[in-house]
Amino acid sequence: MKINGYQTVKSLEEAYNLLNENKQNAIVAGGAWMRLSSKVIETAIDLSGLELDQIVETKDTFEIGAMATLRQVEKQEGLKELYNGVLSKALSKIMGVPIRNVATIGGSIIGKYSFSDVLTPLVVMNVELEFYKKGIISLEDFLVSKDRSKDILVKVVIKKEEAKAYFHKMQKTGLDFAVVNVAISKKADTFKIAVGARPSLVKFALEAMAFVNGAKEVTEEVILKTADIAGKELKFGTNSKASEEYRRNIAMAYIKRGLREVIK
Amino acid sequence: MKVNVKVNGQNKVFNIEPGDYLLDTLRKENYLSVKKGCDNSSCGVCTVLFDGKPIKSCSLLTAKIEGHEVITVEGIQKEADKLSDYFGAEGADQCGYCTPGMALSVYALKEENSNPSDEEIKEYLTGNLCRCTGYQSQHIAIRNYLEDK
Ligand SMILES: Cc1cc2nc3c(=O)[nH]c(=O)nc-3n(C[C@H](O)[C@H](O)[C@H](O)COP(=O)(O)OP(=O)(O)OC[C@H]3O[C@@H](n4cnc5c(N)ncnc54)[C@H](O)[C@@H]3O)c2cc1C
Ligand code: FES
Ligand code: FES
Repeated sequence: MKINGYQTVKSLEEAYNLLNENKQNAIVAGGAWMRLSSKVIETAIDLSGLELDQIVETKDTFEIGAMATLRQVEKQEGLKELYNGVLSKALSKIMGVPIRNVATIGGSIIGKYSFSDVLTPLVVMNVELEFYKKGIISLEDFLVSKDRSKDILVKVVIKKEEAKAYFHKMQKTGLDFAVVNVAISKKADTFKIAVGARPSLVKFALEAMAFVNGAKEVTEEVILKTADIAGKELKFGTNSKASEEYRRNIAMAYIKRGLREVIK
Repeated sequence: MKVNVKVNGQNKVFNIEPGDYLLDTLRKENYLSVKKGCDNSSCGVCTVLFDGKPIKSCSLLTAKIEGHEVITVEGIQKEADKLSDYFGAEGADQCGYCTPGMALSVYALKEENSNPSDEEIKEYLTGNLCRCTGYQSQHIAIRNYLEDK
C-alpha cells in the first residue's frame, strides 16, 4: 500500500467531504488490513480524533463506535453475556491480542471479508449499522447490497435479545484464517444459521433455517436433516486451505454440534 | 510530516512519510530491539506497547502514534531482566530474536491479568512465534515468572 497524504479530521462532515473529493481517498481505521493490500491512497483519512472508539450500553442495545478495536469489543463485559458471549468468543479466535488491539470493528465490517470471523457471529444477532449519510442499514442488507457509494460507518448497534448462540471457527493454527466458520442463534423458537469462509462471504442457510424453524420439535433427526439441507443449499469452494467437499462436510458437522448446543 | 510521541518516557518528534509503519520508523530511529521478521503481522517479533497495550508495530501506521506513548523492551528493562533470568533457567532463550517481543507481551499480560491460567497464557501469546524453543520451556519460564518462584 502507498499513502501519499494523511489527514486527521475534526468532524465527520470533513471526513465525508474529503472521502468523496477524490476516488483514491480512503478512511484508515486500524490500517492493519490495508497494509497488506497494494492500494494507492491519495489521502488517508484518520477518524481517531472523533471519539468513535466508545462502546455504550443502553437499555436495549450495545452501540459500538466504528473505531473500537476488536479487543475492546471482545473484553466488553456486557457483550460477554449477550447471546452467551458468542461475539467475544469469535473475536478471541482472530490472530493474537496485538492485532486485535489495532484492527477495528468498522474496518472488519466495511471490508466484507470472505474469511471474516466478525461477520459470521454478528449476522446471527440483531445488528444495525449507522452510516454518516446513508443512515441506518441492517447488517443483513449491507452484506448483500451492491451500493458502492463511499460513506463512513459511524457505529454498530447490537440489539439486546434473550437468545443463545454458537460459533465455531475451524482453523489449522491459532494465527490462521478460517477453513470454514459457523454461527447459529436461537431466539425463542427461531433459529438462524450462517456459514462463512466457504471460502466466500458469509451466507445464511435459508432452506435449512426454514426447515428447522418449521419443525414442531428439534429432535436429533431434525438436526441431522437441517445440516444435510444446509450442506446441499450452500455453495462451497476449493482453495489452498481446503477442498469444496471438505468444507461442506466440516460445515455440516459444526451445524449439527451448534444446533445441539443452542437447544440445550 | 511530523509526529510527536513519547517513547520509553522520552518526548520525541519523528519525521515520517504518511504511509510509514511504526516498525520501520522505530528501527530508523535506532530502536533496534524492535525486530523485523515477517513484516506482515504474523510473527510478533516487532511487538511494542502502544499506550500500554501490545501491538505489532508492523501493522500500525506511524501517523497514528501522534500524542501517544510507545514502549519498547528498553522501557521495561527491570521486568525484562527478571523474565530473562527465568528464561535462562529453563533454556527458553535460544537465538533470542523473538525475546524482546515476547517479553513485552508477557509484561502486558501481567498488567492485564496477574494470575492467568495456562490456557490464557497460551492464548495471549498466540501472536508471538518462536522458531527455536518449541514453546514448552518458554511456557514454563513465563509461568514461573508470573508466579515469581
Ligand atoms: C495478518 C492479519 C490476519 C487477520 N486474520 C483474520 C482472521 O483470521 N479473521 C478475521 O475475521 N479477520 C482477520 N483479519 C482482519 C481483521 O480482523 C480486520 O478485519 C482488518 O484488519 C480490518 O480492520 P482495520 O481496522 O485494520 O481496517 P483498515 O485496514 O483500516 O480498513 C479496512 C477497510 O475498511 C475501510 N474502513 C475502515 N473503517 C471505516 C469506516 N468507519 N467507515 C468507512 N470505511 C471504513 C477502509 O477504507 C478500508 O477499505 C486479519 C488481519 C490481519 C492484518
Ligand atoms: S514483523 Fe511484525 S509481526 Fe512479524
Ligand atoms: S529463541 Fe529463536 S526465535 Fe525464539
